[in-house]
Order: sequence, then C-alpha cells, then structure tokens
Amino acid sequence: MDDACSVNGIAIQHLNGKTKAKDVPVKSIIDKSERRFNGILFVAALFVVVLMLAILLTLIVASIPAIKTFGLTFFWGTTWDAAAEKFGALPFLLGTLITSFMAILICIPFSLSISIFLGEYFKEGAFPAFLRSSIEVLAGIPSVIYGLWGLFLLMPIVRAIETQLGVTPHGVGILTSSLILAIMIIPFSASMGRDVVTLVPADLKEAAYSLGATRFEVIKNVIIPYARSGIIAGILLSLGRAIGETMAVTMLIGNSNFIPKSIFDPSNTMASVIANEFAEATGITAASLIYVGLVLFLVTTIVNIIGTYVIKKVALEASKEVT
Amino acid sequence: MNDHTTIRLLKDKVFRGTVMFLACFSMLPLLLILYYITRNGIAVINWEFLTQLPRPIGEVGGGVFNAVVGTVILIILSSILSVPIGITAGIYLSERSEGKIANIVRLCVVVLQGTPSIVIGIVAYIWIVAPFHSFSALSGGVALSIMMLPVIIKSTEETLKLMPYHLKEASLALGVPYYKTILKVILPTGISGILTGILLSVARITGETAPLLFTAFGNQFMNWNLFKPIDSLPYRIFYYAMSPYPEWHAFAWGASFILVVVVLGFNLIARGVAVKWKVQF
Repeated sequence: MDDACSVNGIAIQHLNGKTKAKDVPVKSIIDKSERRFNGILFVAALFVVVLMLAILLTLIVASIPAIKTFGLTFFWGTTWDAAAEKFGALPFLLGTLITSFMAILICIPFSLSISIFLGEYFKEGAFPAFLRSSIEVLAGIPSVIYGLWGLFLLMPIVRAIETQLGVTPHGVGILTSSLILAIMIIPFSASMGRDVVTLVPADLKEAAYSLGATRFEVIKNVIIPYARSGIIAGILLSLGRAIGETMAVTMLIGNSNFIPKSIFDPSNTMASVIANEFAEATGITAASLIYVGLVLFLVTTIVNIIGTYVIKKVALEASKEVT
Repeated sequence: MNDHTTIRLLKDKVFRGTVMFLACFSMLPLLLILYYITRNGIAVINWEFLTQLPRPIGEVGGGVFNAVVGTVILIILSSILSVPIGITAGIYLSERSEGKIANIVRLCVVVLQGTPSIVIGIVAYIWIVAPFHSFSALSGGVALSIMMLPVIIKSTEETLKLMPYHLKEASLALGVPYYKTILKVILPTGISGILTGILLSVARITGETAPLLFTAFGNQFMNWNLFKPIDSLPYRIFYYAMSPYPEWHAFAWGASFILVVVVLGFNLIARGVAVKWKVQF
C-alpha cells in the first residue's frame, strides 16, 4: 500500500511542477487525508480487538467475588442455592454437556446424510436447490420460535413417550432440549459438511470409480476419509453453537438446579440458568452467574477457534491440491 | 464372484436409500414449524393485532404494536452502532490482509461470532444497565450491535478481497489518491456484498431474544425513550409462550408469524441484492 501512496505522491508532485509552487499544499492535504484515512481504518480494527478484550475483562472482573469465594470448587459443587448463598455449577456443566452431546449424536446421521446428498449424489437440479434453500430457511428461524414450537408440539410427544415408558411425565427436560437443539444445528452442520464434501478432488473419486468401486465404496473409502478433519471441525463448530444456545433450551429444559438422574429429568444448562436467574440476581448470586457466563464464554471460544482453524486448514490444503 | 458383486451393489442401493431418506426426513421439522406458525399465526393476525398495545389478561383483543415498534427501534439503533465500525474494520482486513494485527483482528472476529448471545447480554447489562440503574433500549441496541459486528466485518472483508486488483491499479494510475480509490471505486463496486452482509446480520439479530432478556427487557406500553425498557417481538413471544394463558399462547403464534415473515423477508432481500446489484467483471 505504501508503494501506491508514493506513486501517487510522485504523480501529484509532477503536476505541481507544471503549475508552479502555488499548489504545493495539495500534496500535504492529500497526505493528511491519507494518514487520517489509514488512522480511521486502524482505529476500527483496533476497536474490534479492544471490544473482545473488554468483554473478557468485564466478565472476569464482575465474577471476581464468586471466584474468590468458591474458586475451583465451583466446578464440582453440586448445590446451587441462592438463599444459602452456596453455589456450585456442576448441575449446569452436566446439563450443558449432556444436552449438547446428545444433540450432536442425534444430529450427525442427518447432517451427514444431507451433506453427502447435496455434495455427492445430487449437486444440481430442482430438488437439491429446494433442499438447500429449505436448510437456509431452517437456519434463519429465530431460536425463540423453535422454543415455542417445541413447547406445543415436541413437549406433548415426549410426554406421551414418557408415559408409555412409565417415567415421570415432565414433558420438558434433557431429552426434549436435545431434540430441539439437534433440529436447530442440523442446517448449520449440514451446510458446513456439504462444503467439505464438495472440496474432495474429483480425480481421487474418478480414480476409485475407474477401479470399479460403487458409489457407496467411493463415499466410504475416499470421500469420508478425505473430508474427515473437515467434518469433525464442522461438528465442533455445531457443538459450539449447541453449548451457547439459550432461548429454545431455556423454554424446554424445565429449569431445575439439581443434578439430572436420567435423560427424562428436567435440568438446566449454563446458558439457561443465566437466562432464568440473572435479571433478578444481586450480589454474590449475580457474580456466580457471571462466573458461569465466563466459563461458557471460554468453552465456546476454545471450541470455535479449534473448529475454525481446522476448517481453514482443510480449505487451504484443498485449494493447494487443485492448483 | 457374481454374488460378491450383487452384495456390493445391494449395499450401494441400501446406502443411497438411507441417505435420501434421512436427508428428506430432516425436512420434516421445517415443514412442521412453518405449518404450525402459519396455521396458528394467521388465525390471530388482523389489523387490530398489528396496531394495538397488549392488554392485561382477561380483556379481549389487543396487539403487539409496541413490540413491532420496539424491534424496529432496536434494529435501527444497533445498525447505527455497528455498520460504520464493521465496514471500516472490514476494509482494514481486506487492505492489510497480511500481518500480525490483521490476524489478531481476524481471531477476535471469530471469537465474537462464536460468543453465546446470552454472554453478550450479561456484558451489555454490566456496561449500560448497571450504571444507569435501568433496563434500556440503548443497552439492547449495544448488545445486538456486538452480535452484528462480526457478520458485517466478515462479509465486507470477503467482498472487498474479491475485487480485481486491476480496478484499484487503474484508479491509482489516474492519480486518484489511495483513500479516494477505496472510498469511491472499491467500496461502491462491492456495495452489493456489503449490503447483503448487513441485511443478513440484521436478519440474525431480529430474532435474538437472549441478549434482550436483561437489557431491553420488555415493556407492556409504548416507549420512545431510549433510556427506558423497550419491547421487542422475540421477547414478547417468549413472555407469552411461558405464560399459562391459552389466549396469550395464540398471541405468541401471531407474533411468531410476523417475526418469521420479517426475518425471511430480510434474507430474501439480501439474496436479491446480492444477485441484482452484483458487478460483473
């Protein structure tokens, strides 16, 4: 960029030479604007960094009272009692872990099918286009609407299943939340998976076909192994989404601060306990909830950075192989 | 040998069938959601629903006008806060794409994009609600603008990076200063991509509820004051859905219908802009 500027500078100097020294300030005016422009760009970029650090610092500072009081025991304390001012986050950690992993398990066969379907079987045509735009629609629906829908359709179904099985029919609970989470992350992970599957070089697939492999064998032995790290990264990013998802889970998890004994029990995730209790919290309760928020922030950040890094690497390697 | 081939072909067919079944089966929730929203939503929606304020339970009628207005105010507010910074930071990333600072900024964008919305809500609460001692539209706007920022930065960066280099060279060769080249040549050429990014980010925040729970909060009445709590469609849906009254549940569906139409509308416009205003090279 500096080259460009100096080229400019020379051009203008040349002009000035012709029209005599009267217009000399033009160069300095342009230089000034140039510098101001660069400064503005830099400030905006810096702002993003400062914003990120400020978020992290704010969370840390605001949760200091809770960190001081509970320290690391916060992570294995099992009671969350605002009246007794005793806070342990294990129920929420478990709730988040169980719901998001169950959601991922439910989601994987579906999203993988969609990615293979769109990336390998039907790349073009009316039906795949319909499927692709439906996925986009599904991804655009707000989470609170998923919650509302789950409350009036999914909950009665789960309740009926629970009655059949002879467990307490709460209707809301870990299973219901996992189902809604799975429905919510399928579009996201499917579109990531499709991108990775289409990145598999055609010559590899063609080589396998020329040896007489069936399509299933090509998918199993060429596409999946080649796309493995990308698929795993996509799953990681979906996991990050599931962990941080708030509204639908808050509406369907049943809001119970105890350690769940089965997948039919009501529970709470880190996000849902904040959503439920933060507005009325003060003092050490608020600090503990912010502590939970800090943990949530760190976990999703790590998961996201790893996922993004792997995806980028996969795309880079694919582009190298093409050229 | 023949047997072996038959089994392989059979496996292929079974796999193909499974994939197609699962792919189509995952459309079922979408159809169900859209069906429920349309059926339950249209039943409630009429002129009164759109133009009246919510009434207390027991009284017939009422609407969600304040929530619609609140959502519009929140969108405008957060766009004002995030669009200028987002575009400028995006230009920075595309122009100075190499280098340590750009990589750090990019990392921050990834982190911001992945930050759970509820955490952003907490931060906006600490920054704005706590010092002012009141829930406010302003804090909601700040929370939503933090959510918009990474989307705008990313789309701006990616659009501008695709600009052919000879465009810039041609402008510089004419003696146009660097900053004018960016502002008057590169930026207008990439406007469709940037606008698409902004519209998509608006679509993303229109339906956000979690960051509003303890920032904009919600308000039964009409409010134009930015320093007072303000209602929004997603919050109203949440509030009505969690209430025990069937009348309010019906209202929640009506509000959901409006929200889905608005969000999908933004998505559609974004796509239209991307196609129609795209500059061909």
